[in-house]
Amino acid sequence: MTNVILDGSDMGRAITRIAHEIVERNKGASHLLLLGIPTRGHPLAVRIAAAIERIEGVAPQVGSLDITLYRDDLRLRPARALESTSIPASGVDDQVVVLVDDVLFSGRSIRAALDAISDLGRPRAVQLAVMVDRGHRQLPIRPDFVGKNLPTSLEEQVRVALVETDGVDEVTLTGSGEDGAA
Amino acid sequence: MSETIVLRGVHPYGEAAADIVVRDGVISEVTGAGAGGGDRVIDGTGLIALPGLVDLHTHLREPGREDAETVDTGSQAAALGGFTAVFAMANTFPVADTAGVVEQVWRLGQESGLVDVFPVGAVTVGLGGSQLAELGAMAASAAHVRVFSDDGHCVSDAVLMRRALEYVKAFDGVIAQHAQEPRLTENAQMNEGALSGVLGLTGWPAVAEESIIARDVLLAHHVGSRLHVCHVSTAGSVDIIRWAKARGIDVTAEVTPHHLMLTEDLVRSYDPVYKVNPPLRTADDVAALWDGLADGTIDIVATDHAPHALEDKDCEWGAASFGMLGLQTALSVVVETMHRTGRLDWRGVADRMSVRPARIGRALQHGRDLAVGEPANVALVDADATWIVEPALLASKSHNSPYAGLELPARVEHVLKAGVPTVANGMVVR
Amino acid sequence: MRHLLSAGDLDAATACLILDTAAELATVTDRSVKKLPTLRGRTVVNLFYEDSTRTRISFEMAAKRLSADVINFAAKGSSVSKGESLKDTALTLEAMGADAVIIRHGSSGAPHRLANAGWIGGTVINAGDGTHEHPTQALLDAYTLRRHLRGGRGDLDGLRVTIVGDVLHSRVARSNVLLLSTLGADVTLVAPPTLLPTGVGTWPCRVSYDIDEVLPHSDAIMMLRVQAERMQAAFFPSAREYSRAYGLDRARMAALPDDAIVLHPGPMNRGMEISAEVADSDRAVMVEQVANGVSVRMAVLYLLLGGSGDLTDGAA
Repeated sequence: MTNVILDGSDMGRAITRIAHEIVERNKGASHLLLLGIPTRGHPLAVRIAAAIERIEGVAPQVGSLDITLYRDDLRLRPARALESTSIPASGVDDQVVVLVDDVLFSGRSIRAALDAISDLGRPRAVQLAVMVDRGHRQLPIRPDFVGKNLPTSLEEQVRVALVETDGVDEVTLTGSGEDGAA
Repeated sequence: MSETIVLRGVHPYGEAAADIVVRDGVISEVTGAGAGGGDRVIDGTGLIALPGLVDLHTHLREPGREDAETVDTGSQAAALGGFTAVFAMANTFPVADTAGVVEQVWRLGQESGLVDVFPVGAVTVGLGGSQLAELGAMAASAAHVRVFSDDGHCVSDAVLMRRALEYVKAFDGVIAQHAQEPRLTENAQMNEGALSGVLGLTGWPAVAEESIIARDVLLAHHVGSRLHVCHVSTAGSVDIIRWAKARGIDVTAEVTPHHLMLTEDLVRSYDPVYKVNPPLRTADDVAALWDGLADGTIDIVATDHAPHALEDKDCEWGAASFGMLGLQTALSVVVETMHRTGRLDWRGVADRMSVRPARIGRALQHGRDLAVGEPANVALVDADATWIVEPALLASKSHNSPYAGLELPARVEHVLKAGVPTVANGMVVR
Repeated sequence: MRHLLSAGDLDAATACLILDTAAELATVTDRSVKKLPTLRGRTVVNLFYEDSTRTRISFEMAAKRLSADVINFAAKGSSVSKGESLKDTALTLEAMGADAVIIRHGSSGAPHRLANAGWIGGTVINAGDGTHEHPTQALLDAYTLRRHLRGGRGDLDGLRVTIVGDVLHSRVARSNVLLLSTLGADVTLVAPPTLLPTGVGTWPCRVSYDIDEVLPHSDAIMMLRVQAERMQAAFFPSAREYSRAYGLDRARMAALPDDAIVLHPGPMNRGMEISAEVADSDRAVMVEQVANGVSVRMAVLYLLLGGSGDLTDGAA
């Protein structure tokens, strides 16, 4: 049983709202570096950056940050292919880094991303933007900017699809089939 | 007074069922009508009776490498393989190049008593390839040596080979040549061909064997001597020997069971259990060896049973010793490759594994017909049985069998040597 | 795939995965912290039975950049020089908990044996065995070729690579022929007939005895080390004659297409297979090969040790 939670226009509004919140929180777009976590965090970061440019007239820097080599569950699965990491030449030092990911779940990916960033340099601050926060955190991590808070059960699956990677913009929730009452 | 043994219901050479009666070490009766009772009756219903097998090429490692094999453990393996006589190669420590050493081996064989052990004498002192050993003294010793070989080394010096061939004529000896041109095989590790190139192992080219055989048959012809070629492994060698026999040259040749069954592809594993000299060759070579053995170009099957201690095989390829076990699997491999395929009937198997090797080695009491008045050297074989080779269960002290885990046909059930049981129900008896 | 024993074990997808991974890992070199936590707590043993400072250091640096603990076990001055067998050394390393053994051995097939004899449970990486293979060298060569001539992406489809020299004794040549042809390159071997292995006609490459005929059609040329000692075994009459017939000098380099590059696995015999002028020219990428070696070996270590054990599942 799959339900569409957000459609394309819902997601577009969420991205615009997140862009506004980032600008408001950081008082503009200077010193901003949006780092998307592959695969889907990176196109989301690109879209948020474009939205910020529409608001501020200045585009923040965008990069991607693969966290595979920093994961704490590497040995639970066969070695994974690496995704691209691209950091703008100016680096992360003294920047406000906004990590961008599609779904925030246990928080372990973000823990890995924080470790990766600290190996790259010393940002002024690190903030977190996610399209969906589905709860069930296992680490003391919370998002700064959220597209949609979505209470879920552990059996359910949340999937963020993007035109860039999946051909369509939508957020879906696939249930286990019998816990609709939850 | 010796006991009378009746082998009941056996098929001599796979032919009509008969009872064979053995008395005083000699076959006293062969009858299809049913013999009377004896002191002992062995139920041989359905078993094939063959003359006791003779192995012209065995390494028993004693003296010197008793950790790998002894005359006694090797004799047990031989008996279980259906053999009543084996020829023990000279590359022991010390080398069997004097009357003293060959008599020691001979005596050890008699003490074990399971097979007749005929020592092979070295051709050259210490297998060194430079000076003739005292061939006459070995021939005149209690061991009555008739086969001389530097096996493991080639008598590559043409003059020395010529002299050896000539010299042994005086006592009806034969030189068994390990045909391997040494310069062409320096540090050789496997058959030279496309696979050796891929595996990066130094090649052992067929021409290194064939060129020596070609030279030796011409030498034997020139001096009018007989020549025996050890472990022929290539199609070209078969051609040369066929040519030589057609010219009337007195040459005989042997092939090992492993060269009849295994090919170089096994080396891909780099498992040294497949490291042997001469090396495993190609499928085309194997097919030529089948044909050569079937048409008699190759006279005999000889095991080249070469036990090696674990540390000499449980290592990297380059550090490993050459050689494979063969005594207990030889008949099964020949049945699999030559008999079941119709290339040799049971008489053919008896000819290649008993009659002719005994004749080449001048083992007069062996390789005789299953007939009244002949020495009772008999092996009874269950041709329909199959067994899975488990190296640790073989009688040999070593475990370097290349057939581990393989299912092979034919099991030796009973063996009589000179009328005395050495194997009963697949177990050694003394 | 738990071990890396032969370049022939790699299909194109797996080879590309290693090269892509190496490209990502190469960026670590440019960072302030040149270290990743990926293999923290893993132990990697460099088991070198032959002297090879550059390969050993390359593996050591790769392992350390991934935070693995590295133990160097050189044959000289160790229990090996006291006659310890490969098996006993392996059992010792296993008892000490080595997760991977990187082995350089003079006997072809020794890494296969180490991986398959049941002596150890860990990963085995072939760092060069006898005259057999040297798969990580082939990977770093493929990486270098791809970076210069294919924009650092994809395979090597249609790339014309010429390998010149002592193919017979060269593990580098064997691994390169296998890997480069898997990646779609057209490989040509050039050597005197005495230095070509039996059956080279069955290899996935072309063979020529004439370097000058091949040069104009080569996008890259790899010169193999030729040891002058070989002439004692009559593989060629003299170093001078070899150098004249098969050495790469300035005149021959001029016959190469304009953007062709020159590779050499090192160590070079200047004046023998390659002239000093060519070795120091801007066509020569030897220094870069060394750097790429670290990235490629990091990739191999990560893919073999970074996960639960099976490289090819990860490629899916």
